[in-house]
Amino acid sequence: MVGYTEALTDPSYNGQILTLTYPLVGNYGVPDPTIKDDDGIPKFFESEKIQIRGLVVHELSLTASHWNLTMTLDEWMNNEKVPGISGIDTRELTKKLRTSGVMMAALVVSDSEIDVDSVKKQLSSAKHYDSEQFMDEVSTKEVQVYGNDEKTVVVIDTGAKNAILRNVRELGYKAILVPWDTSYEKIMSYNPEGVVLSSGPGDPQKCPNTIETTKKLIENNIPTLGICLGAQIIGIAGNTETYKLKYGHRGQNKPCINLENNQVYVTSQNHGYGITPESIEKSDFKLWFTNADDKTVEGIKHKIQNCVAVQFHPEAAPGPFDCKFVFEELRKLMEK
Amino acid sequence: MPKNESLKKILVLGSGAIKIGEAGEFDYSGSQCLKAIHEDGINSVLINPNIATIQTDTRFADQVYLLPVNAEYVESIIEKERPDGIMLAYGGQTALNCGVNLEESGILKKYGVNVLGTQIKGIQKTEDRQLFKDSMKECGVPVLRSKTVNNFEDAKKAAEELCYPVIIRVAYTLGGRGGGVAYNEIELHEIVERGLKASLVKQVLVEEYIGHWKQIEYEVMQDYDGNNVIVCNMENVLSMKAHTGDNIVVAPSQTIDNHEYHMLRSAALRATKHVGIVGECNIQYALAPDSDKYVAIEINPRLSRSSALASKATGYPLAYMSAKIGLGYNLSELVNRITKSTTACFEPSLDYIVCKHPRWDFAKFELVNRRLGPTMKSVGEVMAVGRTFEESFQKAIRMLDIGNDGLVLNRSNGKTHTEEDIEYKLSHHDDQILYYVAVALKMGISVERIYKLSTVDPWFIEKIQNIVSTEEKLKNSPLDESLLWQAKKMGFADKQIARAQDKTPDEIRDLRKKLGVIPSVKQIDTLAAEWPAVTNYLYLTYGGSSNDVVIPDDEKGIVVLGAGPYRIGSSVEFDWGTVNMVWGLQENGEKHVSVVNCNPETVSTDYDICTRLYFEELTQERILDITEFEHPKGIITCVGGQTANNLTPGLAQHGVNILGTSAHDVDRAEDRSKFSAELDKLHIQQPRWQAFANLNEAKTFAQEVGFPVIVRPSYVLSGAAMKVVWSQEELKTYVKEATDVSPDHPVVISKFMLNSLEVDVDGISNGKEVVIGAIVEHIDSAGVHSGDAMMVIPPWRLSNKIIETINEYTKKIALTFNIKGPFNLQFLVHDDHVYVIELNIRASRSMPFVSKLVKTNLISLAAKAILDKPLPKIPENKWQKIHNYGIKVPQFSFMQLEGADIALGVEMQSTGEAACFGNSFYDALSKGLTSVGYNLPDKGSALVTVGGAQNKEKLVPAIGKLKQLGFKILATEHTAEFFEEKIGQIEIVHKISEPERKPNISDLLYERKIDFIINIPSTSTLEKYVGMLDDEYQIRRKSLELGIPVLTTIELADSFVKTLEWLRDNETTKDPIEPYDKYE
Repeated sequence: MVGYTEALTDPSYNGQILTLTYPLVGNYGVPDPTIKDDDGIPKFFESEKIQIRGLVVHELSLTASHWNLTMTLDEWMNNEKVPGISGIDTRELTKKLRTSGVMMAALVVSDSEIDVDSVKKQLSSAKHYDSEQFMDEVSTKEVQVYGNDEKTVVVIDTGAKNAILRNVRELGYKAILVPWDTSYEKIMSYNPEGVVLSSGPGDPQKCPNTIETTKKLIENNIPTLGICLGAQIIGIAGNTETYKLKYGHRGQNKPCINLENNQVYVTSQNHGYGITPESIEKSDFKLWFTNADDKTVEGIKHKIQNCVAVQFHPEAAPGPFDCKFVFEELRKLMEK
Repeated sequence: MPKNESLKKILVLGSGAIKIGEAGEFDYSGSQCLKAIHEDGINSVLINPNIATIQTDTRFADQVYLLPVNAEYVESIIEKERPDGIMLAYGGQTALNCGVNLEESGILKKYGVNVLGTQIKGIQKTEDRQLFKDSMKECGVPVLRSKTVNNFEDAKKAAEELCYPVIIRVAYTLGGRGGGVAYNEIELHEIVERGLKASLVKQVLVEEYIGHWKQIEYEVMQDYDGNNVIVCNMENVLSMKAHTGDNIVVAPSQTIDNHEYHMLRSAALRATKHVGIVGECNIQYALAPDSDKYVAIEINPRLSRSSALASKATGYPLAYMSAKIGLGYNLSELVNRITKSTTACFEPSLDYIVCKHPRWDFAKFELVNRRLGPTMKSVGEVMAVGRTFEESFQKAIRMLDIGNDGLVLNRSNGKTHTEEDIEYKLSHHDDQILYYVAVALKMGISVERIYKLSTVDPWFIEKIQNIVSTEEKLKNSPLDESLLWQAKKMGFADKQIARAQDKTPDEIRDLRKKLGVIPSVKQIDTLAAEWPAVTNYLYLTYGGSSNDVVIPDDEKGIVVLGAGPYRIGSSVEFDWGTVNMVWGLQENGEKHVSVVNCNPETVSTDYDICTRLYFEELTQERILDITEFEHPKGIITCVGGQTANNLTPGLAQHGVNILGTSAHDVDRAEDRSKFSAELDKLHIQQPRWQAFANLNEAKTFAQEVGFPVIVRPSYVLSGAAMKVVWSQEELKTYVKEATDVSPDHPVVISKFMLNSLEVDVDGISNGKEVVIGAIVEHIDSAGVHSGDAMMVIPPWRLSNKIIETINEYTKKIALTFNIKGPFNLQFLVHDDHVYVIELNIRASRSMPFVSKLVKTNLISLAAKAILDKPLPKIPENKWQKIHNYGIKVPQFSFMQLEGADIALGVEMQSTGEAACFGNSFYDALSKGLTSVGYNLPDKGSALVTVGGAQNKEKLVPAIGKLKQLGFKILATEHTAEFFEEKIGQIEIVHKISEPERKPNISDLLYERKIDFIINIPSTSTLEKYVGMLDDEYQIRRKSLELGIPVLTTIELADSFVKTLEWLRDNETTKDPIEPYDKYE
């Protein structure tokens, strides 16, 4: 029920039609996209634009009420030319996705009877999600620098959320955002204390350059934190395997257990791929977090080197702040 | 951490009788706690004198003590039972306070009893205002700022520092009198000066005023290891202005964004960790409407009304999980009860909107102030589930069972308002506030203006606008498929649509079905359909295109209708009936029993009780929807009080199979003319009565039989609009009132027989055999409503001959009306004659009392009767052979109701009851009186004020005895004169209305020099209206506010004094109750 501005601008959702299980959407409107914090990072949004291809909701609130809004959700989507549909039984749709897995879809509205077969035909000839090259679309083209602290953390942008940058800044480091395919040497030229591999959309195998870079980061024991897609990339670089989940983990209420102290945390998640649990044993990693519900891999730590990764989103936005301490883990590695 | 293996026996404290602020939600939480303990093979002992609860059945608890929940009684049970642990979080504030007392007096330590769950230290950190503020500051959670001042200059400084508006609270006055809200310096000056004068210590508190802030609540679970999750958050529609118990509440919150949601969430987790909550707690915030500023208002370190609501709203059984945590489990070890595969350490996601609406019963109280504010006044609540706010909200209004079909398009909405009037109403919330918002919108007052006045967030006002616009469209457009869908999605009932379209509800229903406009059945599954969940927890909505479940042919069963919201006259006893009916049916081989109910404070809405639970409206339209979906074998309407009973004829007409007594026979009993004709045939007497539609005939009749007379409508429970009338003038007023409440049924006037005894009989019949549960005698004389009267089994003033007659009449009547199931008969005994007052063919208020004392579960027998099974052979005088005395005592909640008069009459006013058993009448009574809050002093002073010579005469023995026992007797001049003559010296005191004369009652009350008061109001209610009795009213009200017991009937005063005498030489017994006898 909360977090639609954050979710819609999360690059991990690029190329997807998003449906929300909560039936009432848009109640508190949309804040001003031009407001930025002191470092020039947009204050309320996770990227420069709406990333999703379409939105499916049960009821769209045409009026909104909040002290911080400048427009309604409807106006925002209209401004950004992103289509949406309301009046849908989203619970029924969720059940369909739950049983059949995520699927290609089309949004069709018409005053007359819809010819489902022809829509399906059109859909089958459309470019499939799996064959999209997301990195071209979501990753920054130029290097961007936030803050002017002495020490630096490089964030490799495979579709980074602004919240990751905000959290790096909160640690007291300059954040340098670099394109997804930046080489190890180029990264080291910034003389970073540590590196963050960001979240992002799609299959980690589609980022071979990032995987290569990561192998070198690990080899040279550069303090590294991976988040979501970044975690999968680190996993592959350290000999784990990855797989596509049937319908992914998406939401703000996913319980994860920290195996080091047996504490349970509620985490924000958004991923369609994961690290294969059975592959951990033969890899360079040990298990750090596991999902309390389905025991999937939620976090790994390198057995020797300064490298950690989490499948969930410690940077929140949307979602709970319970796992902000993960960034503190990075700090510890950097200050070791 | 796994379960604590050292635990063998656990004591659980209940909350006692139902009162405003402590209602049926604690039957839910206590029952779940006992269930959780039982599952782990640990013994449990329960102390709770609330006999009408499920938890006091010996099903979940191993030992049940119907005893007062106070340190003295609890200690004696601890000494006897020697438990290893004690659970304090499941019996409301009563249990919590008792726990703190037990700790402070060293009793827990003395017997080595461990507090399970939140420790006493944690409880104190949340209960003590200063400790709370300190702890919140320590963990970085802001709290309200305030300053204590002694003069205006300091107050001004404080107000400027805090920023206007500020609220001024006066130290040491009752009910917040003398304080107020100041928006500027001028107002501040006035209020502070007034306040300083009113304060005994010349001190006022200046505090930030946040009435217009949003009121947001979070429910937190935390285990011994510190793992914690938020189970639910809620938003109060009426902002901080109204107590959350009197607020319309939605879950989840609707108008806060991601940042605010998680800011408050994190603060909740920080705060609960810091104070050391183990189990469940509720944290309440105020959040600014124009920034992300917030303060924590309070933490409830226990299960609460909000947590019961959160449990039902999410499907997460908070009380059960909390108890498991108390036993030592940690959150990740516990399993989600709905999915049965995922962990309980998660935060439920909802895909619907829940709306809770309070049920008020102001009409029952004379002189009561209806304003909503910081003190809770509602007596119950409902919860509606839908997929739009409009749908949930209008459903909730219907669930209240107050005669409204929704927010708009109600029957006889003839009231008109001026704009000025409405603007005042918008800024002074009462129980009608959202109706006024609708009226304001129709008048064209802007959303912004309405928000400014009412502090209801514009988002909610816009939703009400949607309802108002749809009404407009329904009135002015032809009804096509799309308009029907729109109206149904906006929560309109067929009745409302019919009214707008000038059609009948049946016509609308037929049209809807023809066009396929029917609701979908959806599951409440804690995870918004993300995982497969086998859940039987259901609701109906028009915001869907398909059903989540299908009913296989072999699962067609029986549907039991619950009782809806708790209110005066229909309380937890009907939930006890509903749940016992489900169990009774199951025990008699019915595998599939569904329940429909809409009250979140109940055990019947726990989804593990039945095959399918519909959290739904108890309206004809919705029950028909459910039967068309379920195709049940039949429906049971006789255990859900009058709400369910009233649906019988309509459902029967629509072809629904009513199980139990036929609709035809129910009608024969409810229609007074038909009922009377049947009694005549049986040669059974009844007080003279007649039905009227016309006032003049009524007047003539009243004159003929002589005043006083009783006026009432037929088909109404708990004496709504039932009055004893003493004059022609009053008759006129009440005949009108009675016709308003029940316009479709005639008004009945009967002779009111003074000085007679009232008797209740609870029984079961299967049409061939009749089982009489017991004959119950009212201790108070007729005229006090049966729900307010003290009752005793066995009767102590009835001769054997009378008892025989009552037995005989009961059997005759039960067979004549072909009763199949439970029934209740009320008799009047006058001059050795037995008269029948009324027959209720349904479960009654006293059935749990009778069942537990006589050890015969009447509802379980009713299940057999309904299923056409033979009834067991139970000796007719079984109830007479019980060695115990059982006494049921009413609980009143007048303290909460500013202005309400506590004198009793034919309108029921009690909110609950307690019952205790004993070896003698006084053994049972002394425990009963203690249970409902009477202090039984062994010395001190009693004030006696009695109206009417007859009353005075009757009281002579009691007052004499009191004096003999060494009590000092105080009385006003006239009364003193009368008693002095009979029993010797009386101390004279002066009326409150003559403050210059000393000693004055007012001073003595404040100085606590009076221990209890015998105040028998003059029987003539006429005097009340000419204001002659204002002085007596003042005494009653003041003593109430000071917590001094007031005895307002002769019988109560008499029994009270005799109990004091008995306690001189006797000690009360402390025995557990015995389980029900088993019958095949």
